[in-house]
Amino acid sequence: MRHTISVLVENKFGVLARISTLFAARGFNIDSLAVGETEDSAISRMTIVVKGDDSVLEQVTKQLNKLVDVIKVNDFNGVEYVERGLALVKINAPKAVRAEIFKMAGIFRTRVVDIAQDSLTVEVTGGEDKIEAFIEAASSYGIKEVCRTGVVALSRGNKQ
Amino acid sequence: MSRKMTGAQILIESLLKENVEMVFGLPGGQALPIFDAIHGSKLNFILTRHEQAASHMADGYARSTGKPGVCIVTSGPGATNIVTGLATAYMDSVPMVAFTGQVSTSVIGQDAFQEADTTGITRPVTKHNFLVKDVKDLAKTIKEAFYIASTGRPGPVLVDIPVDVQRGVCEFVYPDKAEIRSYKPNYNGHPGQIKKAAEIINKSERPVLYIGMGVIVSAACDEILEISKKADIPVTNTLLAAGAYPYDSELSLNMLGMHGTYYANKAVQAADVIIAVGARFDDRCTGKVCDFAKKSKIIHIDIDPTAISKVVDIDIPVVGDAKTVLKEMVSLIDKKERKEWIEKIGVWKKEHPLSYEKNDDKIHPQYVIEKISELTKGEAIVTTEVGQHQMWAAQYYKPKAPRLFLSSGGLGTMGFGYPAGIGAKFANPDKEVVVIAGDGSFQMNMQEMAIAVLNGVNVKTVILNNQYLGNVRQWQEMFYGKRYSHTCLAKRKDCPPLCNTPDRDKCPVYVPDFVKWAESYSALGIRVTKKEDVEPAIKKILEADCPAVLDVWVEIEENIFPMVPAGASLDDIMVRMNG
Repeated sequence: MRHTISVLVENKFGVLARISTLFAARGFNIDSLAVGETEDSAISRMTIVVKGDDSVLEQVTKQLNKLVDVIKVNDFNGVEYVERGLALVKINAPKAVRAEIFKMAGIFRTRVVDIAQDSLTVEVTGGEDKIEAFIEAASSYGIKEVCRTGVVALSRGNKQ
Repeated sequence: MSRKMTGAQILIESLLKENVEMVFGLPGGQALPIFDAIHGSKLNFILTRHEQAASHMADGYARSTGKPGVCIVTSGPGATNIVTGLATAYMDSVPMVAFTGQVSTSVIGQDAFQEADTTGITRPVTKHNFLVKDVKDLAKTIKEAFYIASTGRPGPVLVDIPVDVQRGVCEFVYPDKAEIRSYKPNYNGHPGQIKKAAEIINKSERPVLYIGMGVIVSAACDEILEISKKADIPVTNTLLAAGAYPYDSELSLNMLGMHGTYYANKAVQAADVIIAVGARFDDRCTGKVCDFAKKSKIIHIDIDPTAISKVVDIDIPVVGDAKTVLKEMVSLIDKKERKEWIEKIGVWKKEHPLSYEKNDDKIHPQYVIEKISELTKGEAIVTTEVGQHQMWAAQYYKPKAPRLFLSSGGLGTMGFGYPAGIGAKFANPDKEVVVIAGDGSFQMNMQEMAIAVLNGVNVKTVILNNQYLGNVRQWQEMFYGKRYSHTCLAKRKDCPPLCNTPDRDKCPVYVPDFVKWAESYSALGIRVTKKEDVEPAIKKILEADCPAVLDVWVEIEENIFPMVPAGASLDDIMVRMNG
């Protein structure tokens, strides 16, 4: 089961290492991780996507809470939330298919951010599904490179 | 009122403010400013011969007093040498604060001389650690380190101090208290959960209390006694909770698990409710987890939420401090007699009490420990190394109170017992301290005899010498076809390579000669090879006004029983060989 876990931590050096050590020590692979400052510059938010069964994730959540630098942990499983990631996708684009790619980029509501001799780079933002769907669609033209961020997520409505 | 001080002075002053009575350690290049500040200060510093021993002495100090143990060592190898001591303390929830020197902040990451990534290396074996990069943060960090180490589920905390921070100068203000927004241990159990737990206990017919180190940490022994007596609930303890419940009580089941008693394991497997308090369902206690207490509902009281349902699924968790929770619970528990259950346990106790061969003239190691228990009346602090002697000590030494049996449980650290015993004796100069050691383990930190002799710390060591790494040898005998691969400590290069027939009369002379070793430090050394000499020799070392070592040549191939083989169910307990 896929879990999106949001962790509020003290914005200090070494905190990322503590969290990644915790996952590594239990043999978990982190699918994606995004870190950034929050509205309070002393606090960072980490959004971690992991797969695992619920009992394992419950243990991970408790272990995260136990870390001294961790302020709050939310597992968004079963909670209404929004999540967004970003990908830069460099696609083979000889002149003959360029218009087609522009059209596809429009349908996905993405933006073309760079045009070179024989390639286009497209910026895709959205949930993981949308990003994956775009990459799938673009692969028929040949993808040169992809660079993706981890997703960031917030619960809907009131501050949790 | 504040004044300017160097980082090194701030450290010393902060330790004095924390009422640190003594510090164990060893100096080095990147800790020179600290040691300069110690020189002539009020801080009582104990110089050890190895940093690992310093960490175990701090541990022994902490386990015997409940107060955080402190050690100070240098960077690089000094820091890596205490890693075992930190891991030992971490596994057993021992409060400890370790300070390490570090290379100057300007060269961190440049592979400087004696540089190691100390916070990186110790992250998984400490409750928390700090690298102090600015002298202005030092006092606050020390305050937080002591707070974190000694609250909630205690554990070791490390503070890494670069040499330029030690030299740096700032105003010294020691905070009155530590306020950490992300660290708030929860002491009060949820009232609803406590009520539920009490209801289940009241309905139960065959309850068992399973108590661990947490009961000692939170000083909840009286509450355990009260509940067990009020509701007729038998009590089994983990290795670390030895002494937390009176052994002479009819309700005492002694230790459970791999080398626990037959009746403790029987009772756990037959129970309808297990009340675990401050214990963490270690695999040495549970045996095969899916077969553990299958008929039982499990209540778990623990201050560490991650301990809940980590190994065994818990029906009623209560997160909180053992003493606080049990105090709430005791009034909700019905006074009740459980005659049938207690009688059943009585039958198991008669069926297979702890036993060994008493009617021959051989020195069985269990006999030696029984004598130590008798002669000290269970009032001595006993520390152990790790191995067969440790299990026999747990089975046959009967401590009269908590904090009298100190042993490395979770990590199983050979080399722990001797320095821990020295640390405990430093902390309790008026108490008898006996180190029960194996000849293998003792050799891992016996260089610390210098510290005992030089400081007049009169620890008494009893080596149960079987010339083997006995616990591993036992497993080789039972599960590896008696192939004694590298467990014989007397083996020389001209011995038959596959020898499995040890014989003191024919084997090469054992080295070291522990008596001469003791004498070389001006300590008392005595060797015993006959059963009738055991008791007088123990008396003699106990009476000695100096550190003493008693080298007892015990039966070489004695095995620990009962035994639940690794990975087997507690139901499969063996009470003797092939039993």
